[in-house]
Amino acid sequence: MGVIFLLIALSLIVAIGFLIAFFWAVRSGQYDDSYTPSVRILFDDTRPKENGSQDTP
Amino acid sequence: MTQQVEQFHYDNDIVRKFAYATVAFGIIGMLVGIWIALELVFPELNFDIAWLSFGRLRPLHTNAVIFAFVGNGIFMGVYYSLQRLLKARMFSDVLSNIHFWGWQLIIIAAVITLPLGYTSSAEYGELEWPIDIAITVVWVIFGINMFGTIIKRRETHLYVAIWFYIATWITVALLHIVKSLEVPVSFLYSYPVFAGVQDALVQWWYGHNAVAFFLTTPYLGLMYYFLPKAANRPVFSYKLSIVHFWALIFIYIWAGPHHLLYTSLPDWAQSLGVVFSLMLIAPSWGGMLNGLLTLRGAWDRVREDPILKFMVVAVTAYGMSTFEGPMMAIKWVNAITHYTDWTIAHVHVGALGWNGMLTFGVVYWLIPRIFNTKLYSVKLANLHFWLGTMGIVFYAVPLYWGGITQQLMWKQFSPDGFLVYGNFLETVTQIIPMYAMRVVGGTLFFTGACLMVYNLWKTVRAGKLIANEPAEAPARVKEVAHEGGHWHRWIERRPIQMLIASLVLVAIGGAVEIFPMMMIEENVPKIATVTPYTPLELQGRDLYIREGCVGCHSQMIRPFRSETERYGEYSKSGEFIYDRPFLWGSKRTGPDLHRIGGKYPDSWHYHHMLDPTSMSPGSIMPTYSWMLKDDLDNSSLKAKIRVLRDYFDTPYAEGYEDADALRDLEAQAKEVADRLKGDGIEQENLETKEIVALIAYLQRLGTDISKIE
Repeated sequence: MGVIFLLIALSLIVAIGFLIAFFWAVRSGQYDDSYTPSVRILFDDTRPKENGSQDTP
Repeated sequence: MTQQVEQFHYDNDIVRKFAYATVAFGIIGMLVGIWIALELVFPELNFDIAWLSFGRLRPLHTNAVIFAFVGNGIFMGVYYSLQRLLKARMFSDVLSNIHFWGWQLIIIAAVITLPLGYTSSAEYGELEWPIDIAITVVWVIFGINMFGTIIKRRETHLYVAIWFYIATWITVALLHIVKSLEVPVSFLYSYPVFAGVQDALVQWWYGHNAVAFFLTTPYLGLMYYFLPKAANRPVFSYKLSIVHFWALIFIYIWAGPHHLLYTSLPDWAQSLGVVFSLMLIAPSWGGMLNGLLTLRGAWDRVREDPILKFMVVAVTAYGMSTFEGPMMAIKWVNAITHYTDWTIAHVHVGALGWNGMLTFGVVYWLIPRIFNTKLYSVKLANLHFWLGTMGIVFYAVPLYWGGITQQLMWKQFSPDGFLVYGNFLETVTQIIPMYAMRVVGGTLFFTGACLMVYNLWKTVRAGKLIANEPAEAPARVKEVAHEGGHWHRWIERRPIQMLIASLVLVAIGGAVEIFPMMMIEENVPKIATVTPYTPLELQGRDLYIREGCVGCHSQMIRPFRSETERYGEYSKSGEFIYDRPFLWGSKRTGPDLHRIGGKYPDSWHYHHMLDPTSMSPGSIMPTYSWMLKDDLDNSSLKAKIRVLRDYFDTPYAEGYEDADALRDLEAQAKEVADRLKGDGIEQENLETKEIVALIAYLQRLGTDISKIE
């Protein structure tokens, strides 16, 4: 059953990776504001006047 | 500091492409599903054509639905929402297009190779090694494109949906690579690095997490973006969504062993899987409630808006299947559900309900927007919704009924201790009406999807694609950069991160060192009488894999009296050490085959493969007459023996593949053919046919332990 240790090790590496990401998210202030982002996504920032134009970026 | 407003364009063309592919492959995947469901009711529909037979088409259905329909659905949703959430165009249009066309080519390769019988037999990972490599490349391209966009974003905060996308990318990459560790023996065939129990564990670690990180996390990301957008109100609790994300990803990856309860997997690993599966219900239901409660105060709009209806049913189906999943992972419940159609019902509540309905909701919402028009017909969309919902009910309920019925029949003992339904076939014919009703459910769902195609086609014709949607946003305020110094100053100032980073490195190093050692040790046979397959049996086994027999027949007798009475001695892990890939299966549409060896004479198998109903009247197994006509292809036998010995220490003698292997194969084939002739079967060149190899394999199955003195 050696493979189970490989799978546990790999799963742990992923989990630890996510843990680091979690610490980063908290420390860098990603979660300082836990309300505005949910409202912000409702607003589109498209330029309505130009809507429909076929410009290339 | 002044904020400069930057102008840019969202790429809608790539969204349109993925949306079309989603719809097209959804239709194809469902159609194949209906077809194979019909084959179970009317076996004549297999038409005795190899590439139309159930065993070969079933993986095509699952792959089409998971990777073509839902896969393209993920990319459609991600490419639309990621740009808007990050206020940036995708990192590279070229990469977007390579991603799109690469993914479609992979799907086409699957559509060609699976019906032709090129399969690695790993459920949801059947595609052979060249396609596995292509998937890796395309996935990496997707990753570069996504992370590139994240880096050049104009919005500092990463909305919760993006976290779900990131987790999806990382985890699927890892799962796919570990699952695809295989050694090629020919252009389209390979043997997995792991054998038997180990291969089973890797497979279900992969298979479970494919559900978790391909069918669930990306769609949760889509839910957190498109549901609030469609309802035009913020998610019920953003805090809860963050908790949902982190809790889910930390728990999900450990639950895989629940697919192997009561098998030869060590008990502690099974228990680990059960515990984590039960814990999963908390974050899953947190997410479901968060989705449903987003609609608080807007339920009146749900009555009118088909898009919201689709989404409500999707989220409800997510709640149902994530309640059912942990329940099914409890050992006592699993003893009833496993190997039956209950499992099939469960996955379809997830696939049709959660993935299907959410995809429909998103497509209906997004297509009119990128085409700058209104949906052609809200009425038709409503009709689609009801057809879809009824379809799910008519699909799932009969299969729950059938699954429970069948397992109870399998387990039924008479008062004097005999199996009441000793003939497996009785338990199959009992539930055929349920199989028929399932076809009705599937057809309703499919009809709804066809209405959607028409509705979208009319919508697209009425509108005009805004290929590049103009947008503007202030440039991102970068955090003040750390002044000078070496790059590693950053981590050195953070002792905890430093510790974790080094732990990760140590873990990688440790795994790399220890692992090969354990592999070698594992190849020492634990049961002395278990020997490698003979060349003919090996060829027969590969035919068994080619025909997808594993789709309907398990090779894993659980330690229940009801199973040992019916099939024989329960399966032991030491019996599978030469099984590459493992063929335990997950569904018993037909009986378990682990102890089939020696149960019937060779001629029984011959007649049975030619026409199953001649031996078992009423059987729904298709005919396999081509195996009686086609010559056995031994061109890759040399490579197979060599790979098995050189890479995996299978005890074939050095140089065995040069001449002896083929000679042994022919000698054994002659023996089988002679026995068949002895039973009155007249056929020219019988010993060169595929059927002989298959019979040799079937007669070998599960017989090794009976040789113990």
